Amino acid sequence: MTLFYQFCFYLFGLVAVVSACVFVTRKSPVAAALWLVNVLFCLAALFVLLDAQFIGAIQVLVYAGAIMVVFLFVIMLLNLGEPARIADSRGTLPYLGAGLLAIGVLAALMTRLPHPVPLQPFRIAADSLAAEARVSGAVAPVAVPLFTEYLLAFEVTSVLLLAAVVGAVVLGRKRNEPDATGAGDGSARRTRPDVREAAHAS
Amino acid sequence: MMMGALFPGVLPPMLQRIVDPQSPPADLGFLGPISVPLIYTIVKMLIVFTVYMVGVALLTLAERKISAWIQDRLGPNRVLKGWGQPLADGVKNFMKEETLPDAVNKPLFLLAPALAFIPALSLWAVIPFAAPLPLPWGRMDMVVADLPIGYLYILALASLGVFGIVLAGWASNNKYALLGGLRASAQMVSYEIAMGMSTIPILLLAGDVSLGTIVRQQEQNGWHVLTLTIACFIFLVSAFAETNRLPFDMPEAESELIAGYHTEYSAMKFSLFFIAEYANMVTASALMATLFFGGWTVPFWHAVNNAPWAAWKTAITLGAFLFKVLFFLFFYMWIRWTLPRFRYDQLMSLGWKIMLPLSLGYVVVIAGATLGLDAVGVPRTPVHGWPLYSLCLMAINIVLVVLLFVVADRGRLISPASTRVRAVELARLRAVRQRSALAQRPVVAAVGRPASGAGD
Repeated sequence: MTLFYQFCFYLFGLVAVVSACVFVTRKSPVAAALWLVNVLFCLAALFVLLDAQFIGAIQVLVYAGAIMVVFLFVIMLLNLGEPARIADSRGTLPYLGAGLLAIGVLAALMTRLPHPVPLQPFRIAADSLAAEARVSGAVAPVAVPLFTEYLLAFEVTSVLLLAAVVGAVVLGRKRNEPDATGAGDGSARRTRPDVREAAHAS
Repeated sequence: MMMGALFPGVLPPMLQRIVDPQSPPADLGFLGPISVPLIYTIVKMLIVFTVYMVGVALLTLAERKISAWIQDRLGPNRVLKGWGQPLADGVKNFMKEETLPDAVNKPLFLLAPALAFIPALSLWAVIPFAAPLPLPWGRMDMVVADLPIGYLYILALASLGVFGIVLAGWASNNKYALLGGLRASAQMVSYEIAMGMSTIPILLLAGDVSLGTIVRQQEQNGWHVLTLTIACFIFLVSAFAETNRLPFDMPEAESELIAGYHTEYSAMKFSLFFIAEYANMVTASALMATLFFGGWTVPFWHAVNNAPWAAWKTAITLGAFLFKVLFFLFFYMWIRWTLPRFRYDQLMSLGWKIMLPLSLGYVVVIAGATLGLDAVGVPRTPVHGWPLYSLCLMAINIVLVVLLFVVADRGRLISPASTRVRAVELARLRAVRQRSALAQRPVVAAVGRPASGAGD
């Protein structure tokens, strides 16, 4: 059984890493998005291998199934045209620099960690969680701490997401619409230059 | 009352062990005790896959026969009096030329049918389709994989199904196909939310996301359609949108988009989209049956899983489940040939402005109701055979249904079109129709005269 798990771990891990590399090197945005979906799917499989089935299902449902579909939707709506023309043409040097920086940070983290890495506490937590999941279902081990211990953080996060959604709607609203109230019109006029700046900057 | 005693000498020894699991287990020889679940799973996979595929093929025939019946035609009646039509269609799809247009994005164009087909096929894995069958080598659960996250697995894989359609639309390099793909992605993402939200009340009542638990809970406390009618309604509407069936078949609206996302596909690749659509329909019907109509349970029948009757119970519950699924499949087709297609903006406003707020509000109401019932101290398990908890929820449900479908709706969505017209207008229209019917009679008699304008 452990051999099977190891095989699956290396299989999905390898596919995830390779897909991630292919994802960042694609020029066509649609192909890149699909490789990202593949990465997310492999991550979900790794979660399932860790007995975190709920997280795995949510990973597929939210990231692969909802967010990436919206990404694809936007890419298609914009109809970006020839991939070669719209591709980032800044040359390979910045990318190499970024990659080296990432490897450097990772190496620094690895060397700072005590050697060998004490995995025992994680293992115990994972084992007890898996045992709990077998008794009380897949969702309860995630839900109970979320709605008791970390309730405040959870609710504050939801308000933060709501603020982001409202912000997106405000920024995305058409500015030239004739507003019924004078106050709304004035505020819209006031924010217009900022919005233009933001549009230019991006 | 052993089956062997009922039919002595009639049953072969192997079958006798199946109906009477208390007879000594067979020696499996080289296969150890660990591999029995594996063998069970492989057997179930093979059987379910075969039945699923054959069923989907027969569904295409059913669709054409039912549409013919609704439109007062004969329908397919040539190959083996019509019954061989799916076979003929299959052969035709394999023999036809596979076209690959020049301007398509080849890898994605070839990948898209598979991406539509695979999620549709693997969805069925977690749906329990009968009572567990006790076999001499251990109990066989009548579900391919009883995952603890059953329902979430279905939501996750169903959300992947949209990729096939979207990519088909984009890779075809055809404006109609692209429009179909765009519509599909927007529609399926929108209705997925309402669909997920509408089932939260069920998860609240069951306390788990495993479909087996949901079925057992309904076996004890009665079907969810009686306690959660509004959730059932939202789920049904969302399922129509998720499977791209009429009245929500925007992605392949023939009169607007030729064939939508599969315009450029031919032969077997087109057939894969077709199979995926029907497979999704079967899954949605099975989900309706499992979540709201008690799954494989038979109402008012709690036969214990004891030795002599175990195999019979499995068979009867399998029949009950198939009956429910076939009913919903018929319902799908019935709706298809009854309602006209929605306009795209109507579809979106229905999804975001009605279905989503409604399902959110319903979650709040049901969560409040369960909190209140728990606080009052109503037990969740039946008392002396009476499911008190469900009866309380049913009372709340009746109030909510009346509030939604009578008061809040004001005859706009649910009622027939005739109630939306003023009475005076209706009388005028009827008079016009009667006059035209009278005027039509001599026209019909006079052969060859064009009957244009008579139908106003």
